[in-house]
Amino acid sequence: RDTFPMDVAAFDSCRLEAVPVEFGDYHPLKPITVTESKTKKMGRKGSTSSTSSSSSSSMIDPLSSVLDGTDPLSLFAATADPVTTADTTRKKRDKDDSLVVGSDFEPWSSKRGEILARYTTTEKLSINLYMSSEKGKATTPGSAVSEKVRTRLEELDDLEEGSQKELLNLTQQDYMNRIEDLNQSLKDAWASDQKVKALKIVIQCSKLLSDTTVIQFYPSKFVLITDILDTFGKLVYERILSMCLDNRGSLPDNFTPESVNDTAKETCLNWFFKIASIRELIPRFYVEAAILKCNKFLSKTGISECLPRLTAMIRGIGDPLVAVYARAYLCRVGMEVAPHLKESLNKNFFDFLLTFKQMHGDTVQNQLVVQCVEIPSYLTLYSPAIDWILQCIAYRAPEDYINCAEVWVEYTCRHFTKREVNTVLADVIKHMTPDRAFEDAYPQLHSIIQKIITYFHDFSVLFSAEKFLPFLDMFQKESVRVEVCKCIMEAFIKHQQDATKDPVILNALLHVCKTMHDSVNALTLEDEKRMLASLINGFIKMVSFGRDFEQQLSFYVEARSMFCNLEPVLVQLVHSVNQLAMETRKVMKGNHSRKTAAFVRACVAFCFITIPSLTSIFARLNLYLNSGQVALANQCLSQGKIGVCFNCIIILSCQKTEYYYDQSRGCTRVIRKLLESIKAG
Amino acid sequence: MGTALDIKIKRANKVYLCGEVLSGVVVITSKDAVQHQGVSLTMEGSVNLQLSAKSVGVFEAFYNSVKPIQVINSTIEMVKPGKLPSGKTEIPFEFPLHMKGNKVLYETYHGVFVNIQYTLRCDMRRSLLAKDLTKTCEFIVHSPPQKGKLMPSPVDFTITPETLQNVKERASLPKFFIKGHLNSTNCIITQPLTGELVVENAEAAVKSIELQLVRVETCGCAEGYARDATEIQNIQIADGDVCRSLSIPIYMIFPRLFTCPTLETTNFKVEFEVNIVVLLHDDHLITENFPLKLCRV
Repeated sequence: RDTFPMDVAAFDSCRLEAVPVEFGDYHPLKPITVTESKTKKMGRKGSTSSTSSSSSSSMIDPLSSVLDGTDPLSLFAATADPVTTADTTRKKRDKDDSLVVGSDFEPWSSKRGEILARYTTTEKLSINLYMSSEKGKATTPGSAVSEKVRTRLEELDDLEEGSQKELLNLTQQDYMNRIEDLNQSLKDAWASDQKVKALKIVIQCSKLLSDTTVIQFYPSKFVLITDILDTFGKLVYERILSMCLDNRGSLPDNFTPESVNDTAKETCLNWFFKIASIRELIPRFYVEAAILKCNKFLSKTGISECLPRLTAMIRGIGDPLVAVYARAYLCRVGMEVAPHLKESLNKNFFDFLLTFKQMHGDTVQNQLVVQCVEIPSYLTLYSPAIDWILQCIAYRAPEDYINCAEVWVEYTCRHFTKREVNTVLADVIKHMTPDRAFEDAYPQLHSIIQKIITYFHDFSVLFSAEKFLPFLDMFQKESVRVEVCKCIMEAFIKHQQDATKDPVILNALLHVCKTMHDSVNALTLEDEKRMLASLINGFIKMVSFGRDFEQQLSFYVEARSMFCNLEPVLVQLVHSVNQLAMETRKVMKGNHSRKTAAFVRACVAFCFITIPSLTSIFARLNLYLNSGQVALANQCLSQGKIGVCFNCIIILSCQKTEYYYDQSRGCTRVIRKLLESIKAG
Repeated sequence: MGTALDIKIKRANKVYLCGEVLSGVVVITSKDAVQHQGVSLTMEGSVNLQLSAKSVGVFEAFYNSVKPIQVINSTIEMVKPGKLPSGKTEIPFEFPLHMKGNKVLYETYHGVFVNIQYTLRCDMRRSLLAKDLTKTCEFIVHSPPQKGKLMPSPVDFTITPETLQNVKERASLPKFFIKGHLNSTNCIITQPLTGELVVENAEAAVKSIELQLVRVETCGCAEGYARDATEIQNIQIADGDVCRSLSIPIYMIFPRLFTCPTLETTNFKVEFEVNIVVLLHDDHLITENFPLKLCRV
């Protein structure tokens, strides 16, 4: 007996809720315990929607999930935990007017770290800040004295009007520090009521995003600078919000412009006018996007009008890399304030596709040459932005998503490994679980399974994909689930060449077979029962533990309890056990040891216990014959056994059934054969 | 000392129309009680015209500015000479913005050669020992909505080397074909200028496309009149070599105070134009001019 070779205490101390598997207790039919690390369920703050959707699934034990949700006890238990009852809180997907993304949306904060870690550079970077003075607008001739004084005071600041600061030869860490300094300057300027200076800082920072030198650093640059934009957006919004408070306390989250006083509205308008007069396209775009939320103070339709306009504005950005990140920022801001406005999101993506041909244009090609970057590396710079945009588009848009996924799965199956397929499966589960979207997508989901089993014939590989069984769990409509199981079993029987004892395969296929078996009820057609039984038998016949006959018998014992409602399976099991007994005899060359003798008696016992539960008399007769012969061959001379055998035959022969009379000749033959066997033994 | 004057206009946006009543409070804040020789509040609006140096010569322009045209003027004595208590004192005021006869209250406009401005000025006269205090505050006047319906006037444009005027060496120009439209050159001042532009093709790469908003101010004086065009603002709508055959939005908000409804009087004119400016990478600059008519509805 082997025990798990590890210091259990040390092991436990560094894992979350893990149950180590002890191989000594190993049994193919025991559920393999999967390490469950409970994901933190994020609370949804300030959500205005009145219903909840099921949160992203933590890893679940595939076998225990069979009981999930559908049986009355689970439902009852689940009422205590609101997160698991997706059933009772389902809302119509078409009328999803949720104003805030749910916890099933992976937020930007979890992506930024990845991007910063991945897009790094050892090359030197530079920051160029030009604090322009206001030109082009005439100063008012009669401007008050105080205004002139103020302008002069501003000139004395660090970031002087008309000054140009160029920081060269920065390492990546220097650059990040400088950006953080700018972030701090912004907050300081704001805190000391120098709003104009704060705006100038954020404009300068946005301009840095039009610079694509050291292009491999661009995605990280985007992360750092958009942090500053977010800071600015938040400061402006909160400033205006604080002007709305008065003595009445805070505004509710879904306030309307009517609740906003005139002073606050005027301040807000001033900001928009100021930003509308920013000369350069890129800073004007970014700064306006940063304060998108402030439209709420002015009108109900402000945001829905702004988003398409800002989307169109991006077409004016000539550099496709700069443009795609601008789109990502717009999607990010859009998701924060109006995730239900899908049109703009989609348009962003389509516009990106339209401009894709710019890759072959001079702007891009020249950059690649100058910076010695190859097109493949260049294209990887796009992936965080595209990934983000697509995540926003696919959020709670399951129909669009699943139709695409269905096609792309085939591509993945053909050209990639199980790991990528697993990733795709995980993603499909993630998108189709909220609001039970999978219920409307059974054909596509079935098609996905079909595709996977067409390309993956190595079932140990396939079933080791950890999301495979959770994927099957999405088929909650029984008839569909059974169909899918049938497909899997057919594929297995067709392609599996050798017998197996692989626990991964056994685990998975037992789950599949049990699903098929459990669907059998009084209304199941005979044909269907026959078909299911033959599939299960196909599986049983492929299970072999080699010389470990005890395990084999244990397997058959468990199988019997699992598949008790399908007679043909029970018949198969009796045959298999008989075969096992005969194999043992062969190995022992006809001379049993004490141990093997006990074993074959166990086999015989199995048969004699199982056979009476069959309804078919002829099947019983045949099996008694076989089992009896096996018993005798193995010197199970217990008179009791033979007696039982005879008794059964006598009982059967007394039964006056039509079947019996038709088969009377057959019956006689059976009895004769048995007597011969006894005589020979 | 520590006495401060402030004027608080009732409306948050400080915008008034002819016929309305401009109201608010004057706030006098003082640590100690204030002895004064009277507090008055003057409301005045005037048009200041400057001659441009190029039309009449630098010195003439410098010394002979045209006298400001007074549009409206009114003074209230708020407090008779005496003593004001310490702390904060608020004195309400009201000025009806009425014009006699056919006279018009022009809209506030801050330009280069024409300036139309309305202010409130509060004066506190004090004894010889203490300095007089004064506080000025600008308020905004909008012209009344124009009568009659605004007819939209869309304009299509096509810019190619052939359509350009003022070109010396047409052959040296790179080939390009730019087209688009402005939704209307009759613009409502509170709404943005909109349209679309498409670079169908261009041999030289595009560096920038901008909308240049121009004020055209005409001032008359004894010697004649001067007409000057200056830039108000420049809004970039394309940065870098934009995708071909992709329509780029033309969108520009008219800045407050620096634009006003197109105005024509006997003494001066304020008009507006927009230039669509295309800069190519070989430093060629292509401009297409559109006169605008701004109005308030």
